[in-house]
Amino acid sequence: MIVDILVTVIAAATPLLFAATGELVAERAGVLNLGVEGMMIVGAVAAFAVTLTTGSATLGIAAAALAGLVLALAFGVLTLTLLSNQVATGLALTIFGLGLSSLAGANFVGRPVAKLPELDIAGLSDLPVLGPLLFGHDVLVYLAVAATFGVAWFLKYARAGMILRAVGENADSAHAIGYDVIRVRYMAVLFGGAMAGLGGAFLSLSYTPMWIEGMTAGRGWIALALVVFASWRPLRVLAGAYLFGGVTILQLYAQGAGGIGIPTQFLSMLPYLATILVLTLIAAGRGRRLDAPAGLGKPFRAAG
Amino acid sequence: MNEDSPARLALEGITKRFPGVVANDDVSFKVPGGRIHALLGENGAGKSTLVKIIYGVQQADEGTIRWQGDPVHIADPKAARALGIGMVFQHFSLFEAMTVLENIALGIDHVADRKSLTTRIVEVSRAYGLPLDPEREVHTLSVGERQRIEIVRCLLQQPRLLIMDEPTSVLTPQEVERLFETLRQLAAEGCSILYISHKLDEIKALCTSATIMRGGRVVGTCDPAVETAQSMAQQMIGAALARPQRRAAARGSDHEGRARLSIEGLNLAAAGPFGTTLHDLSLDVRSGEIVGIAGVAGNGQSELFEAISGERLLERADTLRLDGTAAGRSGPGRRRDLGLCTVPEERNGHAAVPDMSLTENAYLSARQRRHLARGLVLRKSAARGFARSVIERFDVRTTGPAAAARSLSGGNLQKYVVGREVLQDPGILVVAQPTWGVDAGAAAAIHQALLDLAAAGGAVLVISQDLDELLVLTDRLAVIDRGRLSPPMPTADASLEEIGLLMGGLHGMAAHDPHADVGSAAHA
Repeated sequence: MIVDILVTVIAAATPLLFAATGELVAERAGVLNLGVEGMMIVGAVAAFAVTLTTGSATLGIAAAALAGLVLALAFGVLTLTLLSNQVATGLALTIFGLGLSSLAGANFVGRPVAKLPELDIAGLSDLPVLGPLLFGHDVLVYLAVAATFGVAWFLKYARAGMILRAVGENADSAHAIGYDVIRVRYMAVLFGGAMAGLGGAFLSLSYTPMWIEGMTAGRGWIALALVVFASWRPLRVLAGAYLFGGVTILQLYAQGAGGIGIPTQFLSMLPYLATILVLTLIAAGRGRRLDAPAGLGKPFRAAG
Repeated sequence: MNEDSPARLALEGITKRFPGVVANDDVSFKVPGGRIHALLGENGAGKSTLVKIIYGVQQADEGTIRWQGDPVHIADPKAARALGIGMVFQHFSLFEAMTVLENIALGIDHVADRKSLTTRIVEVSRAYGLPLDPEREVHTLSVGERQRIEIVRCLLQQPRLLIMDEPTSVLTPQEVERLFETLRQLAAEGCSILYISHKLDEIKALCTSATIMRGGRVVGTCDPAVETAQSMAQQMIGAALARPQRRAAARGSDHEGRARLSIEGLNLAAAGPFGTTLHDLSLDVRSGEIVGIAGVAGNGQSELFEAISGERLLERADTLRLDGTAAGRSGPGRRRDLGLCTVPEERNGHAAVPDMSLTENAYLSARQRRHLARGLVLRKSAARGFARSVIERFDVRTTGPAAAARSLSGGNLQKYVVGREVLQDPGILVVAQPTWGVDAGAAAAIHQALLDLAAAGGAVLVISQDLDELLVLTDRLAVIDRGRLSPPMPTADASLEEIGLLMGGLHGMAAHDPHADVGSAAHA
């Protein structure tokens, strides 16, 4: 029972982990992209459509990453090249993504697709407890965790990661030293888009292997909150994603158990209430540094 | 120096245009090897644009840059560094949340691994008397220490030309002296230095040749050792400099005048993670006097300003008295009614709203004292008239009261915001950085206004990092350091050295490096 719950928690956390890690990279470069929800759902529909029509989940996953990336590119062109407002553009991207996905997915509603295959290593996957927990997931679950560790390493130890942080911290200084601020920010935003797309792919290929309109159900927003919750550090995103995944599953089980006397609508609110609660607690914590990148959301234009 | 060998750097006919203004107009000069060459000029003379062109941050529209005699194209800062040009920026190009090591690694192109870079940083900082701890995060460092990061970053690349853009404006006098020793040592090793400043005494002390710029053009070259500060100033501003005149009337007689602004035992917690906590601060400013507060930026000046202006309320009302009335719990509006006017340091966004017109900006602070509103309704023509009188009296160069604040140059907006407060006939005026980034002519006008206000019986408090300004302007002087205020001393008795020590002397020098003096001692 406990193992079952934990396995579902891991599944619920994975799309959040993808999207939040991607957004974290964009924000560390100084770009606030509120379009995560839109990029996720476009990724979800792309993954589903391509998998269904070609029969190849690999192609579907690639299509999801590409779809998220294309949306992020549009965001980049608007905010980085044309210097539009990041907040407004991000919101528009979410609305656009939701609309585009329901248009593109109209013909796929209610059709089934095979769930992504799970890892099956003879011996290991059959172990009690550890088997299902560590060795029984599909490729995206492992990819999400690996990507998070990879990003943590990249930001801390890679020279390119240091440059990315510098651009997010003080774009004018980075420019004065001779770094191409806009290029760095494009790369970070595109990475964020691809990751959000992968998060969407997990939803439509593994979590619930079907296409439902609006199936991201606010996960993009939770991912955005997670980045703040994690004070812009990848490993805390990992912890936060599993925590939020846990709350999501908890309310499902509570609903299933029934008889508690709490209307199910209130239980469904739990993950979102938890998000608001965490954000409020963090903001209220006096004297604690939030560690937001100093240049977050500030547009950059090279003079001269 | 062999005079026949080509100059390290030669500029020929450099011209750079921005929309509506020619920043550099046919600028030519040479910097020979191992020479400390000054580039002298007022704010807006085009110095900063010129060095950005040399460092590849901006591109010239016309003209040639020669390096060791050969014409070169410097496309970006990387190309400049590859030639051997290093630059220390006026506004540091540092990253607050990153370590010293990371900041240095970001500024150099061929990075070794962490360990060997750390070793090289320690070596270089010892050799030049610039102690640094590579693991510290920048936001924990003083301004002087931050500048050391920039210099060490340049030195690691063995530069053959080092550009210093107004390096001393944020340093204590002791730190300035130490910087000059480092620069002389570098020049003796053959590195050329292009030193940009408008501080004439420093240029006389340090530089062996100078190019003077005005309005984007070269107006002269000279040997600072031969010239007087007066003669260089005249070339720089193109006219004799009007010196502020003290009016003897109020001073002397009223020197023991009543305290108009009095602060007693002020404690205030830091506002943010990078703020400073004020400890037990006490100060009186009497009628007819100008009191100065010196100190390196970030030692509690902004907290003190906010405590006085009313932007932050105090715990006890009687900590702050305005003409005897306890006002520590009153907001800025009530304090204005009591006769307090304030000019904050940041003119765009704090003293003035950039996107609003000068008339609208007049309402924002003068509404009560100049009766620019009747009940809830604004009196438009009265406000326009007031804005116009500020523009006329303070010689603000603008298209008129309808111009947006952001359309004014820094110096003109500063004249406007100072004038706006002074013309409200305040009993008490608190000014932070009254002449920051303002040219000498405008600075003299602002100084004169402050002197006149004091002469008429007002109490003036000036918070400034510019020691020269405080020495000229003030009757008494106190120093703020890490949130504590020294007892005020009569300015006439104050020595530069004493003030410097109160300002923290060589910040962080003795603390981490016992070998700091080796390099410079050997040189001296």
